[in-house]
Amino acid sequence: MRLTLTGNQANAWGVKLSRVQVVAAYPITPQTTIVEELAEFAANGQLDTQYIKVESEHSAMAACIAAENTGVRTYTASSSHGIALMHEMLHWAVGARLPIVMGAVNRAIGPPWNIWADHTDTISQRDTGWMQFYVESNQEVLDTIIQAYKVAESRDVLLPAMAIEDAFILSHTVERVEIPDQELVDEFLPPYNPPDYLNVDDPKGFGSLVMPDWYMEFRYIIARAQEAARKRIREVTKEYAEIFGRDYHGLVEEYRTEDADVVMVGAGTMVSTARDVIDKLRSEGHKIGLLKIRVFRPFPYEEFQDIAKRVDVIGVMDRSFTFGYGGAMFSEVKGAIYNTDARPKIKNYLIGIGGRDVTPKMLEDTFRNALRVKDHGLDREMMWVDLKGGE
Amino acid sequence: MSVVQANMHPLDNYLRTERLPHVWCSGCGIGTVLGAYLRAMKNIGMDPEKTIMVSGIGCTGRAAGYVKMDSFHTTHGRPIPFAVGIKAARPDLNVTVFSGDGDLFAIGGNHIIHAARRNADITVITINNFIYGMTGGQLAPTTPETGITTTSPYGNVESPFNLAGLVAVSGASYVARWTSLHVRRLEKSIEKALKKRGFSFVEVLSPCPTAYGRRNRMRDPVDMLKYFQEHAVVKHHINPLEGVIEPDKDFIVGEFLDAEEEPTFEDKLWEMTKKEFLYTSQAERTAWILEHRRHLETLSKIISGRGER
Repeated sequence: MRLTLTGNQANAWGVKLSRVQVVAAYPITPQTTIVEELAEFAANGQLDTQYIKVESEHSAMAACIAAENTGVRTYTASSSHGIALMHEMLHWAVGARLPIVMGAVNRAIGPPWNIWADHTDTISQRDTGWMQFYVESNQEVLDTIIQAYKVAESRDVLLPAMAIEDAFILSHTVERVEIPDQELVDEFLPPYNPPDYLNVDDPKGFGSLVMPDWYMEFRYIIARAQEAARKRIREVTKEYAEIFGRDYHGLVEEYRTEDADVVMVGAGTMVSTARDVIDKLRSEGHKIGLLKIRVFRPFPYEEFQDIAKRVDVIGVMDRSFTFGYGGAMFSEVKGAIYNTDARPKIKNYLIGIGGRDVTPKMLEDTFRNALRVKDHGLDREMMWVDLKGGE
Repeated sequence: MSVVQANMHPLDNYLRTERLPHVWCSGCGIGTVLGAYLRAMKNIGMDPEKTIMVSGIGCTGRAAGYVKMDSFHTTHGRPIPFAVGIKAARPDLNVTVFSGDGDLFAIGGNHIIHAARRNADITVITINNFIYGMTGGQLAPTTPETGITTTSPYGNVESPFNLAGLVAVSGASYVARWTSLHVRRLEKSIEKALKKRGFSFVEVLSPCPTAYGRRNRMRDPVDMLKYFQEHAVVKHHINPLEGVIEPDKDFIVGEFLDAEEEPTFEDKLWEMTKKEFLYTSQAERTAWILEHRRHLETLSKIISGRGER
């Protein structure tokens, strides 16, 4: 079945196909239409779920945590300040090892107020331990929700995940979306079967205190789970491709990187535009390629160590800025490569922040700038693209 | 030669006219309430230069951007802590919170009961339109039982808050409820709220034809005003718990509470700290802070080479 859906509707369809049992959410632009769609599914009986209309995002995540603790599959969706308000509970979901999935619709953080696409809201949750999938199409939104549950609920992972889509560019824009067969999804994603849950026949305490002599070991186990997720994501993506015919290539996707001297790195919707620009520059004879970061947590460091051996320049485009140094993706790429022998030049491009449209022209200028780094060396580490008044 | 100022609205001096037209839909009641608020300010001679408006997120939250005063458009649910912070640092200023039911009673629900409990000397005007309007009509903590919203498409199963009742029992000094139809009585009530020392609260029921009315058999803005006209019963100083609002039934508007003035939160803070410091009055403390700041500004201008030496 094919439907014409917005990114947010595709998100809700992913949740429906995953047979989520409890939804708790609070309205925030541009997320709201996801949970409106789910409210409709819940009310008309298309989805057997309990939908709680909580009083804040903090409560939404708390309710998901407790519901998930009883052994059911849960979901919430949010954006921007809603995700920021959840922050305390995001840490809790990880520490409690609960594979909750959240639809995160990227939006800038205020002040000044801004409701448009920007990755600051999710990037600033990097250290919570949530897995982060950045998607570029409405189809990928739907497919990623299903995959995210599968990865998250794996016994060696048991970590929550965000499926992250750009505000308005995906959330409110329609595309044709293939709806997978429910039967096939059920086979791919069996019911949530937690190793541990609230069971009155087997009483236990949740959220206990642990002394300094053991706390660190709990954190180490989570670190190991993130490592396991790295492997699991590759497997699950492959399995999904075999069953449903759409391959998202694990943690990163390379485009025309064969024999490339320069590779551009980005996440979210900008990579779709970037492919066209790569094609144009390739047709002019430039050896340039693209690497899409699909999964930012766990970070695909092995993939970057591999590409670093093959290219002279890596240009990292961040749709957010981590104040005090550079874009988070830039820092992570650079850090991943440092202890290898590869020494490509790495330059950071700050682009599309606060919903500034990332146009083909803007990308072309950026990519040509990266090509100049190849010929003339690194002029400076960071560049704000299309900045009024200049730097 | 005399200058004739054409087309001046009596409230133009209170509005950032360059920011108009506003975002509110036709038939919305927020403009009516903002008008009543500004007229109340004008009637009692409250100086806009000494008045701060704080609002949160939502349709009502946009009001802070239109008034010609210092204003804060804060995060969702937090205008009351912002207001309490401003008032603690500058008790000489008038601080009004102007925000919606979703903002102040859902995501920020904790703060309003605590500000009332402390008797913070701020005025809170809440527009209650029974819905989250800005995000397109989701279930709010004020949506009547059976109300249809985008997140309760087949009806609401939750009981709504009785906002005025809740604030009255939480320790406020002045509490009233009106509708956007009761414009003159609302204006008088806001005057009293602004003059009251201590926590004052005015709830205003207001139509949202776009997000609430059209889903709930009140498609035309006038339908909701008719509902107010037919069902609002004016009563004063009732038991606050009688203030519940139920679908298709009469509900009470009026002054719920007008308590004897008691020391405010800021008074009590001052009483405690004056023993430690050497000011003789709050006014002296404020004057010292302002004077000190002027010195700092002069100093920083000199350092940056912009000021006279």
